[in-house]
Amino acid sequence: MSSWLDYTINGLIVGNVYALVAVGLALIFGVSRLINFAQGSIYLVGAYIGWVAVVQLHTPLPLTIIVVAAAAALVGLIIERFGLRPLQNSVRIAPLLATIGISFVLDQLVMLTFSPNPRALPSQLPDVRFQLGGGTIGPLDLLIAGVGITSALLLFVFLRYSKLGWAVRAASQDRDAAMQMGVDVNRVNQAVFGIAAALGGVSGMLVGMYYNQIDTAMSLQATLKGVVAEVVGGAGNVPGAVIGSLLLGLVESYGVAVFGTSYRNLFAFLLLVVVLVLRPNGLFASARQAPPEPLTGTFIAPSRPVRIPRWALAVAAAGFAILPLFPVSFYVLQTLINAWLLGMLALSLTLVAGTIGQVSLGHAALLAIGAYTSALLSLALSVPVGLAVIGGGLMSAALGTLLISPSFRLRGHYVSIATLAIGEIVSLVILNWESVTRGPIGISGIPPLSLFGYDLISPSSVYWFSLAVIVVLALLQGRLLTSHLGRSFRAIRDDDIAARAYGLSLNRYKSLAFIFGGFAAGVSGGIAAHLYSYINHETFNTQQSILALTVVILGGLGNVVGAIVGSVALVGLPEVFRIAAEYRILIYGIVLLLLVRFRPQGLLGTI
Amino acid sequence: MGEHLDSMLSLRGLTRRFGGLTAVDAIDLDLAKGELISIIGPNGAGKTTLFNLVTGLDRPDAGTVRFEGQDITGLSPERLAAEGIARTFQLGRVFGNLSVMDNVLIGAHTRLRAVKPAVPVIGPLLELGLALLRPSSVKAEEERLREEVKAILARFGERLLPRIDQPAYSLSYANRRRVEIARALALKPRLLLLDEPTAGMNPTETAEMQALVAELKAKGLTILLIEHKLEMVMRLSDRVIVMDEGKKIAEGRGEEVRSDPKVIEAYLGHGLTGTAEQESAA
Repeated sequence: MSSWLDYTINGLIVGNVYALVAVGLALIFGVSRLINFAQGSIYLVGAYIGWVAVVQLHTPLPLTIIVVAAAAALVGLIIERFGLRPLQNSVRIAPLLATIGISFVLDQLVMLTFSPNPRALPSQLPDVRFQLGGGTIGPLDLLIAGVGITSALLLFVFLRYSKLGWAVRAASQDRDAAMQMGVDVNRVNQAVFGIAAALGGVSGMLVGMYYNQIDTAMSLQATLKGVVAEVVGGAGNVPGAVIGSLLLGLVESYGVAVFGTSYRNLFAFLLLVVVLVLRPNGLFASARQAPPEPLTGTFIAPSRPVRIPRWALAVAAAGFAILPLFPVSFYVLQTLINAWLLGMLALSLTLVAGTIGQVSLGHAALLAIGAYTSALLSLALSVPVGLAVIGGGLMSAALGTLLISPSFRLRGHYVSIATLAIGEIVSLVILNWESVTRGPIGISGIPPLSLFGYDLISPSSVYWFSLAVIVVLALLQGRLLTSHLGRSFRAIRDDDIAARAYGLSLNRYKSLAFIFGGFAAGVSGGIAAHLYSYINHETFNTQQSILALTVVILGGLGNVVGAIVGSVALVGLPEVFRIAAEYRILIYGIVLLLLVRFRPQGLLGTI
Repeated sequence: MGEHLDSMLSLRGLTRRFGGLTAVDAIDLDLAKGELISIIGPNGAGKTTLFNLVTGLDRPDAGTVRFEGQDITGLSPERLAAEGIARTFQLGRVFGNLSVMDNVLIGAHTRLRAVKPAVPVIGPLLELGLALLRPSSVKAEEERLREEVKAILARFGERLLPRIDQPAYSLSYANRRRVEIARALALKPRLLLLDEPTAGMNPTETAEMQALVAELKAKGLTILLIEHKLEMVMRLSDRVIVMDEGKKIAEGRGEEVRSDPKVIEAYLGHGLTGTAEQESAA
């Protein structure tokens, strides 16, 4: 693999695989204005079903493809029927959160069933390569191209000539009008989810064969790549998704050719951010579109927050403060320290996602920025740890806000995609910027927490320190919410168009929310770095972002007390019930799904 | 040129196309200070698009918007709000989860001074700091605005004051429209654009709204009004502009416009001119 032709072929083949995922996303977005974050999980399921078929049942290749497509389509139908259809008339944030939850549940189920270890997925095809110009091409390349082209043709025929296909196109142009003309939108949704899932599942199997390896980390990568391709092509635009996918494949392939393999994903996400900023409607979208006029107050569930009297909060804080004076085990304190650290992240996310309505899925990146800054300040520049943690908070506030600022002009699902991508970019930069971050080796020997020259080593001192920090952060955030900024943030969340018409600059106030929230997250990451004494690029991962999001939904969007209560509950309850670690993510995903369905305003209500 | 020197708002050749459709087609309009002009026309005539162009929510493909002699074409809505242009929305866009008080306080956002120092670059950070520290100047400003909001709400009698702390989503439809107008008034606008303020209101509520708009006009406020209830349009307007398919098809005093055959045809389609007034007034 040295000639540009090889890179072109590789790019087109990979692009073909992305296209299978992206076309499904585009179909779903077309009819339900939803970015299906579970698409990558179906791709993962497809890969593992393919493994079962090939390795255990020894099915021939054509049958394997049919089995995978059918099984994946079934998963898609189940998601549509039980995960999304009940949410049809709920607030706009609900289906977004639901697909995130479904994705985590599916990934975790696969991981529990097959273990997280990678497996080989043999391709069942002869291992020969044909000369083509200056490059070579193998039978698997031809298979992938063939499947891609065949699916595109079948889809084209279905959409253009079948009655259901007409209904899909009608619903995607104008859902309400289609419904009034007698189109059964549930059937359309079923069709679309079934097709999308079949394509996604086959795609996962083909990729597994292409690299002869499958593992559970494939899911998130597939979702991200599919979304990148779809957004580049224009959300909801099926031919656009194909072209966007091929473009993405080529950009990655040439990028790898010039800069090396570890930069592959960086190019994908940079492409996404550039497209979102410059052409948020995709490369092929028609010129400016009319500004949509969503109804007000429909992004989050309307609710009245549960008012907890100040004295009760003071008593609770005092109770937690004197806890170490009693003979409690180290284990209890350790659990609560984890809860306080998660609580700081949740305070940050509840402000950003709840108060100002920017559902960030890359929040762990803020932890990472704070942790690396604090660790490097104390190690390389010998800054006292207390100051280094504050430095971590400030760096996270400044750098995090700067990085996320391209997403400020976006709304709803797009914000989630952009923040997810930005979070991945941060992680990739940490991995590749070895001179500063020490790359994959990570940073070890980070000094312990200390304050005014005294090391905080004992569990109770660490406990008090983190409790004090979270109390101060919570009080500050509570004060922020009662100021004019609190109402400005909430106004932007409820209706950004009306907010702008009354002089609220979205850039200014989203920046302020991320600066304030970034500080809390950065401090949390900084403290964590000094507690763990070792961090690397995987210490702060998407799972933490999702956990924080579950906490925020559990406590009530924007609810400061709710964020802390939610953290204690989600960290503490699994400990109380001694739930094994590998089941926890599954439980968080299920909790998220149940909340979205049955109590969208959370325990303490939206503020 | 002489006649638009003293005009508050002046549109020249304002045009907006959506694909093959010209939603607003070369509209000229001059609104003098203290004048109230109504824009009427069938649904889809381009009235709301015209409002969006004037308030910066959409950009024109051609033409200019001048406000008090200044070219404001294509400026952002937040800049235009700061210039003193306030509007209400056709579908009603209150902030659902904010209380009535907070909704109207957002209207006064452009008038915040103590908490929003006009300092370049670090201005936003100062705003954050002042919001958290709240020196006495900030507290006094907030208190003064809250009193103002109560005074504005008092204009709506007992409709809104007793519900001042309730979230807007819990209000009746008519009350939400009132909150929108209160929010617009809190901006202390020099130009007020009302997009169907009485949509969905019953006759009593409509009469109240009409009295309120008449009162605002009597106080010298310059108003651009979109309204379907012709009775109200006739009573309030200094001039009426009729739009159809993006074009201005008639302009003049209420009675003149009312009997214009082009207007009757636009409202009723072709060949049904006989019952125009009853139908369109209904």
